[in-house]
Amino acid sequence: MQNKLSPFLKTVVTFGYAFLYLPILTLIIFSFNSSRQVTVWQGFSTRWYTALLQDEALLKSLWISLQVAASAATLAVILGTLAAISLVRFGRFKGRGFFGILTTAPMIMPEVITGLSLLLLFVGLEQIIGWPHGRGIFTITLAHTTLCMAYVTIVVRGRLADMDVSLEEAALDLGARPIKVFITIILPIIFPALLSGWLLAFALSLDDLVIASFVAGPGSSTLPMVIFSSIRFGITPQINALATLIITTVAIGVMVAGWLMHRKK
Amino acid sequence: MKSILKKLKLNFTSPFWVTAIPFGWLLLFFLIPFLIVLKISFSDLRFGLPPYAPLMEWTNEGLLIIKINLTNYTFIGTDSLYLFAYLDSLAIALLGTIGCLCIGYPMAYGIAKASPSKRTILLMLVILPFWTSFLLRVYAWIGILSPQGYINTLLIKLDLISTPLSLIDNTFATVLGIIYCYLPFMILPLYAFLEKIDYALLEAAYDLGARPFQAFIRIIWPLSRPGVIAGSLLVFIPAVGEFVIPELLGGSQTLMIGKVIWNEFFTNRTWPVAAALAVIMLVFLILPIAIFQRYQEQRVRFLDAE
Repeated sequence: MQNKLSPFLKTVVTFGYAFLYLPILTLIIFSFNSSRQVTVWQGFSTRWYTALLQDEALLKSLWISLQVAASAATLAVILGTLAAISLVRFGRFKGRGFFGILTTAPMIMPEVITGLSLLLLFVGLEQIIGWPHGRGIFTITLAHTTLCMAYVTIVVRGRLADMDVSLEEAALDLGARPIKVFITIILPIIFPALLSGWLLAFALSLDDLVIASFVAGPGSSTLPMVIFSSIRFGITPQINALATLIITTVAIGVMVAGWLMHRKK
Repeated sequence: MKSILKKLKLNFTSPFWVTAIPFGWLLLFFLIPFLIVLKISFSDLRFGLPPYAPLMEWTNEGLLIIKINLTNYTFIGTDSLYLFAYLDSLAIALLGTIGCLCIGYPMAYGIAKASPSKRTILLMLVILPFWTSFLLRVYAWIGILSPQGYINTLLIKLDLISTPLSLIDNTFATVLGIIYCYLPFMILPLYAFLEKIDYALLEAAYDLGARPFQAFIRIIWPLSRPGVIAGSLLVFIPAVGEFVIPELLGGSQTLMIGKVIWNEFFTNRTWPVAAALAVIMLVFLILPIAIFQRYQEQRVRFLDAE
């Protein structure tokens, strides 16, 4: 049964999508503006894209962010998958409830608290055992892994819960070792969840400003940190150009992923 | 079934390690850090690195002295600036949550009632902004709201106003920013519940003579309430501690607690005060977090059972 949307509902939905996309649209349009003044249109130009490619501080921070995001996402997928398997497949072990709370908590915790507490941990650890020595890419990766792991656990947990257990049971009954069951049966089935969990973690890490600012050291500014300090000095068309590139990349990525998933069905 | 599961559990490659590795990670990088924050909130401020004094000290006679001082807390209590920052944060987060609900609910309802092929696209369009940079989406609003921004430029060109309206650097812009950035977090859980509703119920209500509004209040709203709770908490809890939005859109007059902690930490370098402020914020948030966790656990149990 399909109800037709009332005119009121239709207006609100249209307004909602306009609200979500108009600001993004202004970013894109004015990235092609030749004027240095962001809000006055003077003509089409790609000069801000060229300027972007010559901004070495920005490119260096992009490289740092990509390294951190790739390693944090990979670690988060490994840890999150282990956590999801424990929560879904191991029945009611002691401390399961507490473990369950602990795995989702990083997701809603205000970033200022997470960032501050991780920094104090790293400072304390360095005082006591001398590790981690100083702060930088390594500490940002550890912090982002903790944050991203919560999201991966939820994604993988949902997939594992939907999965048909009888396949695993049959394989185990036929004498397959658990590790073999995991590699040949569970892994291929949950692979799409691992992939989307990895991408989500990658995007989250690439996007984080607050936690990274707390746990970064000298010379390890991430892309959001560099963007943030330049936004503080006012708006520049160069940032608009950067935003357009990021949005286009993400949009293409999401559409390709959506198309692949759709085709598989 | 139970015995098979039991066998599965016993046979699985050392279940101990499968649980212990992620559990250990979270203990070390999530739980222990909070205890350290708590500890440092009781420490004395001192000059040097790190800028706090140790809580425990061994004296020359081999005695362990533990010094707990509450000066950071009493300091926060005596300065009304902090109290206002907390109240403002709660009020702004609440307004943002209500705004998200007002826009998000009809949107989620509209998506849930769209045809399946349209639904996928509409949902994707809600998720898409979530994947793009949070910072750049806040930045977009500076261009729109600033005195030389698009809205003011347009209104002046149309001769509707002569001097720019002050749309930015205030509470209004902060709330708007929160609604904009957190809207997907509201729509997704709402949609999850609205989509499951059997709309034949609505048809039946109409047949029995209910008016649309009546039918909505008595059928749709109660069935979607878990989604309303989940979405609201998913917006409210992180919004209370928000730093980027008040910093970029709120100006100097908007003092949210996330911003205050940031300034205490980075500008004043008073780490113990920042830690105490964080502890107090967490106390405020414990109840909403507990409700969210209970809800989350119920939903997952439902998922596991399926």
